[in-house]
Amino acid sequence: MQAKITKTAAAPAVHTRQVGWWSLLKRDLYLSRHYYVLMAPFMLIFFLFTVIPVGISLGLSFFHFNMLELPRFVGWQNYSRLFLNDDVFLIALKNTLLFAVITGPVSYIACFLFAWIINELSPKIRAVMTLVFYAPSISGNVFFIWLIIFSGDSYGYMNGFLMRLGVVLEPIQWLADEKYVLAIVIIVQLWLSLGTSFLAFIAGLQTIDRSLVEAGTVDGIKNRWQELWYITLPSMRPQLMFGAVMQITASFAVAEISIALAGFPSVNYAAHTVVTHLMDFGTIRFEMGYASAIATVLFALMLGTNVLTQKMLRKIGE
Amino acid sequence: MTSKVRAVFGMPKRLNRSFTVSLMLFALLGVFGSFMVLPLIYAFNNAFKPLDELFIFPPRFWVNNPTTENFADLINLMGNSWVPLSRYIANTLLITILGTAGHILLASAAAYPLAKYRFPGSKVLFTIVILSLMFSPHVTAIPNYMVMSWLGWINTHASIIVPSLAFSLGLFLMKQFMEQIPDALLEAAKIDGANEYRIFWSIVMPNVKPAWLTLMILQFPALWGTDGGSFIYSENLKTLHYALSQIVQGGIARAGVGAAVALLLMIVPITLFIISQSSVMQTMATSGMKE
Repeated sequence: MQAKITKTAAAPAVHTRQVGWWSLLKRDLYLSRHYYVLMAPFMLIFFLFTVIPVGISLGLSFFHFNMLELPRFVGWQNYSRLFLNDDVFLIALKNTLLFAVITGPVSYIACFLFAWIINELSPKIRAVMTLVFYAPSISGNVFFIWLIIFSGDSYGYMNGFLMRLGVVLEPIQWLADEKYVLAIVIIVQLWLSLGTSFLAFIAGLQTIDRSLVEAGTVDGIKNRWQELWYITLPSMRPQLMFGAVMQITASFAVAEISIALAGFPSVNYAAHTVVTHLMDFGTIRFEMGYASAIATVLFALMLGTNVLTQKMLRKIGE
Repeated sequence: MTSKVRAVFGMPKRLNRSFTVSLMLFALLGVFGSFMVLPLIYAFNNAFKPLDELFIFPPRFWVNNPTTENFADLINLMGNSWVPLSRYIANTLLITILGTAGHILLASAAAYPLAKYRFPGSKVLFTIVILSLMFSPHVTAIPNYMVMSWLGWINTHASIIVPSLAFSLGLFLMKQFMEQIPDALLEAAKIDGANEYRIFWSIVMPNVKPAWLTLMILQFPALWGTDGGSFIYSENLKTLHYALSQIVQGGIARAGVGAAVALLLMIVPITLFIISQSSVMQTMATSGMKE
């Protein structure tokens, strides 16, 4: 795609006289007017509901604002309160980082590993296995099935199963016990997390040039692991980047599952995350400035992790 | 022996493959595959269980005497309620269809110039789209509410539909896919006198049909499963997912009906994916991010 069709690139050669920077830009803008018209509806909505809100959120994080009184500037006070005086936030931060460290890499590797194995199957079985792994992430909000599995009475499947085996004698309150609740939310999150990046990996694997593998064999690649490291992974770097962005974002934003399974707030905040903390202050207590500070911290976390991960991915296959 | 098993799995003969490792990897796939699929099969079974089987001890996975009673109950129950079930279904369909179709149209229109031309601001705009892939909508939940209330859209379906039209993942995938369209095709149309809008509508759009389906399969489940979030308060504007959560809270008496609604919610996106799978794969192959 190097050769873009550009009206603008070819045109300046005609003008031999020195033309001002501003008039050049004006001409470019005029020549591209149709492109702006085509983009306008999407960009208008995108800016209104995504870009501007991020700006508002950043700005509001320096104010005290409760939707009733006028915003009052407080400087860094929201942030200092967040990190120094809010014990619950520290629990939420710890849980979110735990989610990010466990579900992020595990689901990312799982997406790749399963896509890689599935890729070896014949097209029909491949299609079925793709559906099996992708279905949970699109099956709507059916994760309440897990509520029945981990139900606290003896009708819950996990309890029924363990009691029949004789491992436990009486039902365990899975979702009301802080010992188990975080682990269960992590399991369900993993179950749901094979989404867009999984599809991208399967599709990416399909596009790898078979002749590269043959050439590699001539050059002394002996087994599938060497093929994976020296040929498959480097060929898939663009998809791996895309998948990383999707998985990182999802693993930092765990909230609905925690609320659905563990309740809001969960027992002793055992499954509290940064996003549930944000909801607590934003939609229940109406402390908008403080909630915006939480959102800003979350945004910084996601962005920072993405940048770090992309740097690491560049080293693959070197 | 080896070739027989290969034939069963339908594995093509590949270079550099040890058979034992293949078997181990497929066993791994099987174990995790059942972890993924069993809860869904369970949900399916549950919807056809009569009430006595739903509360049997020890609990059973498979249904013994399948019945469609739960679906009949669902229709009766909702028919008698203040807001009929058909209203929830109509609301959900309205949101899903408008939101998905509009998103495909708007994202395609915006993706075409970004994929094929360079013009002032194009790079900046695309960078912003990429950046916005890197954070979740939760970050903007609160300002979004303020924007909605400023627009007077609280308690309207527009508050769900309009933001979903500009979903940055859709624009990104569409743009990557459009880059594959040969430039010669567009130039030929230009020589024939077509303007940009005409080229977009008659040449680009028909060529990116696989990507339409992909955007649909990404957008549809999200809208289909929406519960109205914090924007919809009127009972007669609420969605099917909201109705489900009300039924599930109804406890034992409603457990059968709850299982039936769950199946209803789950089966639609899965069916759509089965239909569109090969198109989706074609689009996702172009989803990579260059450094």
